Amino acid sequence: MTTISSSPPQTFAQKAIARAGGLDRVEVGQIVDVRPDVVLSHDNTAAIRRIWQQFGQARVAIPERIAITLDHAAPPPTARHARNHAEIRAFVREQGIRHFFEVGRGICHQVLSEEALVLPGQMILGADSHTTHFGWLGAFGAGIGRSEVAALWATGELWLRVPESMRIVLEGELPPGVTAKDFALRIIGDLGADGGLYRSVEFSGSGIAAMGLESRMVLPNMMAEFGVKNAYVPPDEKTYGYLAKRLATRYAIGDREMDRSERDGPSTPRSLLADLKALALFPDPDATYVATHVYRAQELEPYIACPHSVDNVVPLSAVAGTRVDQAFLGTCTNGRLEDIAAAVEVIRGRRVAPGTRFLVIPASSQVLQAGLERGYIQALVEAGAVIGVPGCGPCMGNHMGIPAPGEVTISSANRNFRGRMGTADAAIYLANPAVVAASAVAGRIVDPREVVEG
Amino acid sequence: MPTLTGRAWKYGHNVNTDVLFPGKYTYTARGREEIARHALEDLDPRFVQEVQPGDVIVAGRNFGCGSSREQAATCLVYNGVSAVIAESFGRIFYRNAINNGLLAIPCPPAAQAIQPGETVTVDLEHHLIRCAAGEFPFPPLSDTLRGIVEAGGLVAYIRGKVRSNE
Ligand code: SF4
Repeated sequence: MTTISSSPPQTFAQKAIARAGGLDRVEVGQIVDVRPDVVLSHDNTAAIRRIWQQFGQARVAIPERIAITLDHAAPPPTARHARNHAEIRAFVREQGIRHFFEVGRGICHQVLSEEALVLPGQMILGADSHTTHFGWLGAFGAGIGRSEVAALWATGELWLRVPESMRIVLEGELPPGVTAKDFALRIIGDLGADGGLYRSVEFSGSGIAAMGLESRMVLPNMMAEFGVKNAYVPPDEKTYGYLAKRLATRYAIGDREMDRSERDGPSTPRSLLADLKALALFPDPDATYVATHVYRAQELEPYIACPHSVDNVVPLSAVAGTRVDQAFLGTCTNGRLEDIAAAVEVIRGRRVAPGTRFLVIPASSQVLQAGLERGYIQALVEAGAVIGVPGCGPCMGNHMGIPAPGEVTISSANRNFRGRMGTADAAIYLANPAVVAASAVAGRIVDPREVVEG
Repeated sequence: MPTLTGRAWKYGHNVNTDVLFPGKYTYTARGREEIARHALEDLDPRFVQEVQPGDVIVAGRNFGCGSSREQAATCLVYNGVSAVIAESFGRIFYRNAINNGLLAIPCPPAAQAIQPGETVTVDLEHHLIRCAAGEFPFPPLSDTLRGIVEAGGLVAYIRGKVRSNE
């Protein structure tokens, strides 16, 4: 028997927005009032609170859906920053917000991932442009403004337009020394900083399936620099395993506030896996895409984004030899354990070059702890690196590694805009973690193989 | 809806939020004056000294790309900027602009034709931009967005909604 489908196939974005809007299906271009599962804010929470107070409400609408981290200027570099944090803590207490993460816990996107606060098929909207990050686990993540977060606190609801979708396929496994960061830089370099403007990007292909989870996280995160609304990596057994383990820990410690997860008894990891699979959303095979770009992994190499724009991308060899004053390994893009491991592999038994600083800031306290357990942090300190408090560090120019005018930084972050790190007249190059570490050792931009073999 | 007239400040492609409003001020700057003072600080120091109420910013593709920081839009509002005309906008900036009553108008031909310093008129009733090179139509806002702009921004719009739910 053949069945004739009455509804045309849908993309991930259509399905996720329909679900969050309580609708059966939605069309591209439609404006939908959605009720996101999680609403994220960070050091900007005090400013959002001041906007929200204009609504005259005593209580926020759905406190259990609010997640707040102190990460962007943490610990506070000035008394004004400290007062900002104090205002946020007062709000958290007064509204009874349980998903609150203190100074030192880490960067919002990393922490909410580790805490399994966002699940496949769910929607997170955040007052942070890299909220696209959560696509790594098959969720719909998009950045919004402060007023919009205030509106979500007040009503639980916000309008979204259903975006056109675009597919990016990675065929084959990345060769050694070429990372997800290089793939992301290549895409942005090829298609421009507005190449994905307003679109939903869906990643697929054998190269994505073969990637570890920490590498997958880089892709939707970096797609913020491609102009996208959200980006999506299809979840698989690896994804469910990561989340189930963390959910089980949370239930064990008695956190029963997960939306859609109110349970009668303690969940077994097996039933958690089944629940996660049931939540996951996948695009229909014949869904409509405005573009499809196919990359062959074997043809990629290490890339570097040159000042002052993320789409100013060249092969690493083109800028090799450029003097480096500061190397920075960290951020929500590349501050995880595999990034630190890649740096350690390059730097173990070597020294940071005289005249160069090497700053390493783990993305979270869990990353720091794992790095300590494996001896990575020891190796970095022995090599002359400086370890910072988990958080955003100097990524957006608040503190802990602001360059002097005229200095050159090589960074594992996602943005190299003029003034991004706090100094307008300073150059920022973006690269993968091994290149950052090798450049710290050489005091100039260099291919890691040269340092390791040379 | 009225007609806006102002002088054009013209910039290039990918004008990002870090040059519109540097991140180092984003958690501490409070109040209109302090936020206004840092507008375009790392792009055009002349801007805050010479901008006049009603002036218009004209730019290339992807204006406002980068961070979600809302001050990238409000710092322009607080300096009296009436509209931004660009070839395209970063999506969060676009939302932030509309949510703060700043007209963000995607109109590639006008964005390309307008010359720095010339007088530009935005006719909101007929959806036309007038400049020395001629008249350029732009697409009207969707109903939802028009509702937000007409309410005077998102906060006022939601306040209406919160009240009507009570
Ligand atoms: S690490 Fe950088 S990009 Fe990531 S959330 Fe923090 S400031 Fe933003």
